[in-house]
Amino acid sequence: MDFQYGWLLNLICYLPLAGALLMMFFINKENAGALKGFATVVAGVDFVLSIPLWFLYRPDGPEFQFATRFDWIPSVGVQYIFGVDGFAVLLILLTTLLGFIAVYSSFTAITERQKEYYIFLLLLQTGMLGVFCSLDFILFYVFWEVMLVPMYFLIGVWGGPRRLYAAIKFFLYTLVGSVLMLVGILALYFFNAGGLAAVGLEGLGNEATFSITHLYTIATQIPPEMQFWVFLAFFVGFAIKVPMFPFHTWLPDAHVEAPTAGSVILAAVLLKMGTYGFVRFSLPILPDATVEAVGWVGVLAIIAIVYGALVAMAQKDMKKLVAYSSVSHMGFVMLGMFALNEAGLRGSILQMLNHGVSTGALFLLVGIVYERRHNRMIAEYGGIAKVMPLYATFFMIMTMSSIGLPTLNGFIGEFTILIGAFHHSWVWALFGASGIVLGAAYMLWLYQRVFFGELTNEKNKALPDLNLREQWTLIPLIVVAFWIGLYPKPFFDRMAPSVDRVLERVVAARPDLDTGAARVAEIAHAPAAEPAGEHGE
Amino acid sequence: MTFYDLIWLVPVFPLIGAAFNGLVSNRLGLPKTVTHTVALLGAGAAWLWGWAAVVQWMLTEDTHRPYVVEVFSWIQGGELAIYGGRVVPLEVAASFQIDALSAVMLGFVTFVGFLIHLYSVGYMHSESDRAYARFFSYLNLFMFAMLTLVTGSNLPVLFVGWEGVGLCSYLLIGFYFEKDWCAAAGMKAFIVNRIGDFGFLLAIFFAFFYFGTLEFAGLHEAMAAHHGVPAAAATIIGVLLFVGAMGKSAQIPLYVWLPDAMAGPTPVSALIHAATMVTAGVYMVARCNFFYQLSPTAMLTVAVVGGATAVFSATIGLVQNDIKKVLAYSTVSQLGYMFLAAGVGAYIAAIFHVVTHAFFKACLFLGSGSVIHACGGEQDMRKMGGLRKHMPTTFWTFVAATVAIAGIPPLAGFVSKDMILAKAFEAGLTDLNGYGTVYFLLWGLGLAGAALTAFYMFRLVYMTFFGSFRGGEEAEHHLHESPWTMTLPLQVLAVLSIVGGLLIGFPGQLFHLEGWSLIERFMAPVVLGHGEHGHHAVSFALEWGLVVVSVAAAVAGILVARRFYRLDPSFAKPRALAERFPFAYRLLLNKYWVDELYDATVISGTVKGSRLLWEVDARVVDGAVNGAAHSTVGSSFLSGVFDLKVVDGGVNLVARIYDVASRAFRRLQVGYAQGYAMVMVFGAAVLLGVFYLIKL
Repeated sequence: MDFQYGWLLNLICYLPLAGALLMMFFINKENAGALKGFATVVAGVDFVLSIPLWFLYRPDGPEFQFATRFDWIPSVGVQYIFGVDGFAVLLILLTTLLGFIAVYSSFTAITERQKEYYIFLLLLQTGMLGVFCSLDFILFYVFWEVMLVPMYFLIGVWGGPRRLYAAIKFFLYTLVGSVLMLVGILALYFFNAGGLAAVGLEGLGNEATFSITHLYTIATQIPPEMQFWVFLAFFVGFAIKVPMFPFHTWLPDAHVEAPTAGSVILAAVLLKMGTYGFVRFSLPILPDATVEAVGWVGVLAIIAIVYGALVAMAQKDMKKLVAYSSVSHMGFVMLGMFALNEAGLRGSILQMLNHGVSTGALFLLVGIVYERRHNRMIAEYGGIAKVMPLYATFFMIMTMSSIGLPTLNGFIGEFTILIGAFHHSWVWALFGASGIVLGAAYMLWLYQRVFFGELTNEKNKALPDLNLREQWTLIPLIVVAFWIGLYPKPFFDRMAPSVDRVLERVVAARPDLDTGAARVAEIAHAPAAEPAGEHGE
Repeated sequence: MTFYDLIWLVPVFPLIGAAFNGLVSNRLGLPKTVTHTVALLGAGAAWLWGWAAVVQWMLTEDTHRPYVVEVFSWIQGGELAIYGGRVVPLEVAASFQIDALSAVMLGFVTFVGFLIHLYSVGYMHSESDRAYARFFSYLNLFMFAMLTLVTGSNLPVLFVGWEGVGLCSYLLIGFYFEKDWCAAAGMKAFIVNRIGDFGFLLAIFFAFFYFGTLEFAGLHEAMAAHHGVPAAAATIIGVLLFVGAMGKSAQIPLYVWLPDAMAGPTPVSALIHAATMVTAGVYMVARCNFFYQLSPTAMLTVAVVGGATAVFSATIGLVQNDIKKVLAYSTVSQLGYMFLAAGVGAYIAAIFHVVTHAFFKACLFLGSGSVIHACGGEQDMRKMGGLRKHMPTTFWTFVAATVAIAGIPPLAGFVSKDMILAKAFEAGLTDLNGYGTVYFLLWGLGLAGAALTAFYMFRLVYMTFFGSFRGGEEAEHHLHESPWTMTLPLQVLAVLSIVGGLLIGFPGQLFHLEGWSLIERFMAPVVLGHGEHGHHAVSFALEWGLVVVSVAAAVAGILVARRFYRLDPSFAKPRALAERFPFAYRLLLNKYWVDELYDATVISGTVKGSRLLWEVDARVVDGAVNGAAHSTVGSSFLSGVFDLKVVDGGVNLVARIYDVASRAFRRLQVGYAQGYAMVMVFGAAVLLGVFYLIKL
């Protein structure tokens, strides 16, 4: 663990919290201009502060960097440990960028209770950053739960007509998951320490600690049966967050009801918590259970890809369509991750960023017309490329990014994921790649219905095109989309050692890890006429 | 510095043009002169640089080997355990190459591309400034993608171009996006192509799995060495790649998007949907010939699909009345010929036909554009006629290209098509891969297709340019020859349609002059194992025999067309024929109802399936969640009742008991000391009594 610049990471994490407190006490709720300005400055400074992380992070090893460590509740072994590795640092940059954009994009969308709104947005940001920084399970859990509260209020107060239903659903659903996760955490804690006699759990007798890096080192000592149960507890917690089929139904409701910035943050960052949890905990701490679960998770991921895409196609509400597309895209992330090879996992992590950028931008874009028309139904639009050409262009770029057009970010992620998935099982790649066809179908169909054709709806005839502020909420995302699409090397370089380390831990526990190479070879020797024989493994 | 070291600049020039016109001209609405100057500079620079690079490369490097220029490392996927347990890093470079095949493609794409840019200056002049900028931006972007496609040195870079041209095709088909059917056609093109790309992507994965590289040079080498890779690998990869080609190059069953793609402006049809993009599939198969060379099954698949498409779409072309639709089905048919060639192992003939087809089909499309331009947007040939008087240049160029495509010697179409048919016949004769009968059959199909081609092309010429004008007097008044920007490209392409074939692919074998075919000599190193087999199983006499047969078929087609559409201006004969065989006529006119079939099965199946799943999602999956919530709420209500009635009721009951009891005892609490004393005494007595009793 490298402690250099640890203060910077803490500063980035708590600056939004400090900003929120200052706002709470020193800015009058009537002074909308000051509220917006201050929140924007705080989020902006936070993003600017996080930029040095990109340069200071040394991609030469899997070591955690920018670390901080001290005892917090020594009596039970809770420590305060901060630190990031290759993929956490990328997710932190994603969070600060999207956090800033979320604040900046809310100026005209939010007109009521502005003070509380910006306070909650900033609090949310500290929560999210804390999750990516924490290397102690209790600390992680605290941030994980802290995150829920502002999001609950953002949906419940500033949301659409069914906001209460959506907010409560979101809150309770994720709470169920996180409570199970807590049980898993405690099980690991007691196993590492003295055991828990009440449930017949024998411990290793180590010093009691919630330190994640310590738990990494005992991974191979955890018996498979226990791994299974803890994996299951974690799985429910993370799978709800991702969300994986069939735990996804809170997502469309939350997205549809949430204000635009809420949707953006929800899609871009909150969903990554689930997949991040898998990479951070499930894979390295529970390698045996992970390898055993590969088949099932793969099937669920494939269902998510295909099912999410098909359900997206049937949507009449733009936001709901994008929400279901998230289910499909996050299916790709899970598929690549559980291929358990370098290409798959790298692609998976890159796709987390890609999804944040593309889907975040798509929610922003939908929000922009919603703000003008207060209507998200696809049928209400049609032909608006004529009145909003710039908007149409931006939407087209993000559509292409979302459906994985080469030279844009989505392609790099999907390509590496699918080639990784292929090397696990060609059947995975076969089904996964079908998501690319369906993705093009639902996105282009959406695009056609909204932008093309004759402009018939009177209400759309005077829609103003993007204003300068709206353009600048989108331009950074477009730049990143092209950057990752054309030159993803800096991203891959930063995550590579950390990805390798995660896989090393899995392989250390399961040297027999089946890379799928043998299975693909089988079909080549089989008669060539049977390409679809090994369905659904 | 050499031109070919900076080969990547060739696609970059038009990209700059696209960026300028898209970001600056379009936004600011700059005048048209600025827009098309930039666009022409972009395309022109690509042309000059491309040709200079090719020439310089030929003069300085060994043309038997591809010259690869790596620009930067693009994708770093980490290490993967591939076939045979080898662990190989997945590194994809943005790298470009020149070899004979790329050189040929580069040569004609930049050239034809430039001509069509020039033509567009005239054709699109009535658009608004912004639309004009948008058009040229897309057109330049297309050049970028197409040039990336033909110069990429590995499968993923080829795929970049592949998808890029698809995007531009989508954008340009839907250029008039206010019209629903244009936008729908664009979407159809993109999605059908994506189905093909699905196969292409899987092919890339299989290729990496078996060979650990995606570079063409590496794959070529590996296939040449036959090192321990199962034979089925070549078949799997070959067939999957061909699925991609079916989409891009509009072969059965994925051809349906191309006729609809005619919704785009005519220069787009010429450039993208005739001369360049649609031949990308042929290029890809030729580029990956090493897989096909080692897989008889893959070769046969390509040949059969190609041959079938060639005839199938030619039959549709027989009865269409929309001038561009006829040309569209003709393109599908000609692409079929190219795949037929590739499928018999004559990759060079396939590419040769790509080039000659680019000349004459671009000329035909541009000519049709000139006609449509003159007729004020009218595309129905039944409302044309007699145009040769009004548009002499368009007329002669169009006829030259028509004679070429019909296969009349010595024009370009004849030379390349004859080469294909001869190779197909040869494949039958030598019993190639043991499928000789099939190849004979395919040759027969090809021959029939040649006759059909000659018929429908001359039908088009007669209906459009001969006879008298049928479009009304007012329209006739407007008929005019097009401006020079439009006629110059026509003239250049017409000349090339006439002499281009002999120039680049002189059929030396017909004159005991083997080796006079430049393209064959030049491209030989590209094809795996080319020249290993003893060549020319076909004797000299038979070679000439085949020429005579194919020319006879073409002439027959022309004569029938002349009888039907030239000698009888009322078109009575074809009408009578249609009335005699109404079903056959409607079958062809409605394009075998394939679109309707797809609509009824795949498309409506997907849409209905998606709606069904949505119902399932809302009712079952989410229903379970809400059900859980409701049952929680329900049970909490019950426990609330329990709490209120039983638990709280119990508490209250106890309280009540105390209440009642205390009422009874309250009487005792009256405040008199005597009373208390008395109670005390009684109490003590009772306690003592109890105590005593217990003690006993």
